Amino acid sequence: MTTTRAEHHDAKAGGHTTAYETEEDLPEAPVASVPSDVIHTASWRTFRPVIALAKCTKCYVCWKFCPDVAIAIDGDGWPVIRLDYCKGCGICAEECKPLAIEMVKED
Amino acid sequence: MVQEVISGNYAQSYAAKLARVQVVSAYPITPQTSIVERIAEFVAAGELRAEYIKVESEHSAMQACISAAALGARTYTATSSQGLLLMHELLHWAAGARAPVVMGVVNRAVAPPWSIWTDHADTISQRDTGWIQFYCESNQEVLDTTLLAFRLAEHADVLLPAMITEDAFFLSHTVEPVDIPSQEQVDEFLPPRVTKMAIRPGTIGRLGSFTGPDLYMEFRHKIAQAMERSADLFLEIEDDYERLTGRNHGGPLPTYQVDDADAVLITMGTATTTARAVVDAMRARGKKVGLAKLRAFRPFPVREIRQLGARVDRIGVLDRSFTFGAAGAAFTEVVGALYGSRHRPRVRDFVAGIGGRDITPQAVDEMFTALLKDRGPEVDWVGLKHRLEVNRRG
Repeated sequence: MTTTRAEHHDAKAGGHTTAYETEEDLPEAPVASVPSDVIHTASWRTFRPVIALAKCTKCYVCWKFCPDVAIAIDGDGWPVIRLDYCKGCGICAEECKPLAIEMVKED
Repeated sequence: MVQEVISGNYAQSYAAKLARVQVVSAYPITPQTSIVERIAEFVAAGELRAEYIKVESEHSAMQACISAAALGARTYTATSSQGLLLMHELLHWAAGARAPVVMGVVNRAVAPPWSIWTDHADTISQRDTGWIQFYCESNQEVLDTTLLAFRLAEHADVLLPAMITEDAFFLSHTVEPVDIPSQEQVDEFLPPRVTKMAIRPGTIGRLGSFTGPDLYMEFRHKIAQAMERSADLFLEIEDDYERLTGRNHGGPLPTYQVDDADAVLITMGTATTTARAVVDAMRARGKKVGLAKLRAFRPFPVREIRQLGARVDRIGVLDRSFTFGAAGAAFTEVVGALYGSRHRPRVRDFVAGIGGRDITPQAVDEMFTALLKDRGPEVDWVGLKHRLEVNRRG
């Protein structure tokens, strides 16, 4: 058995690090000890959706179509883009019937 | 112990009930459906205390089982052919999550052309997923092997999923007398599952976390080692089962009349019964032929194949599926196992019974005769029709 020192860096999860001395130390299955929502996955977005609330009819088509569950509904019922997770795919803007969502290039 | 006359499918259902499975999730497909229908009846009648999760596809059925197994539940599902193919991605997930899901698979040919008849292409296509695979010859073997599979899959040194296959219609819908062990016997053989899984209710844990090149390889190596350990553990577990029930089907490669054999045929599933009768008939005519039944395809019984190869000069492999561009999968694996041996018998591949075509005693006789004469191609499709007779009524 090869003995290796392996470190598992999960930098996006707030620098959470676990050290394993040998393969035997590893759990049988890879299991993360932090929930997935602490991992912000949108750093590489090129375009961001911007919602013009004046045109929004609260139909929630954008919410339904978002493939990454990156649109939330706020206390007043308005859709809100969760920019920590939105990858800028533009599906929401494409599907929005009243054309309330515009894709704006990131700086 | 009672004896009942049941189908291979019901043998699966009875085994799952006796194992006291806690979570069942499945999607119907011919010819598997009666397995999970019977389990649903057990649950509805209160004879089995299990969560029965209805889902929209086989892909979801396997996901439900993986999640439940990861939390420590004893889980069971069943499928066939296209359903198994749809599960393919999740089969890798089950092994990677070390979820000891037990699954009955009815071997059915893969479309197109559309077919419901037996053929091993569906499960052979899953050989690299990290699942343990057992092929069965009789309904009794289906029931016994399913119980063995739970114990093996859940063993702390294994923790891998396992599939138990049966040939479509030859077993799935054919009734045979089956000895059914008592609940007390099975409870002794298969106590409630004990788990040290990292995910527990009430704690944060996420299966399938991202793993970089620094650790991925070690996780895969652990699966490889667990699969290797399962080979010897299977023998121990089958001995244990024999102590309780008196039945032992003979490990991963039981043999018949091989001691003085000039030629041995390796078979899988129900073709074995036909081949055994042919061995008897040919022995009566003075032909020294024998038989080995490949019960376990994963882990592949390399040691047992080499032991067999050390005592015979000619081996035929009957493959009920074909790997296009190569040969039958059992053939290539047998040859691969024997290449590392000092004694290397001549090995030939007989591809037969594709899409449910009958493997007749005459066809098996031809295979043995070809082996004894040492004539013919290395890979031969036996039973191909040269003049096609089409059954227009389907």
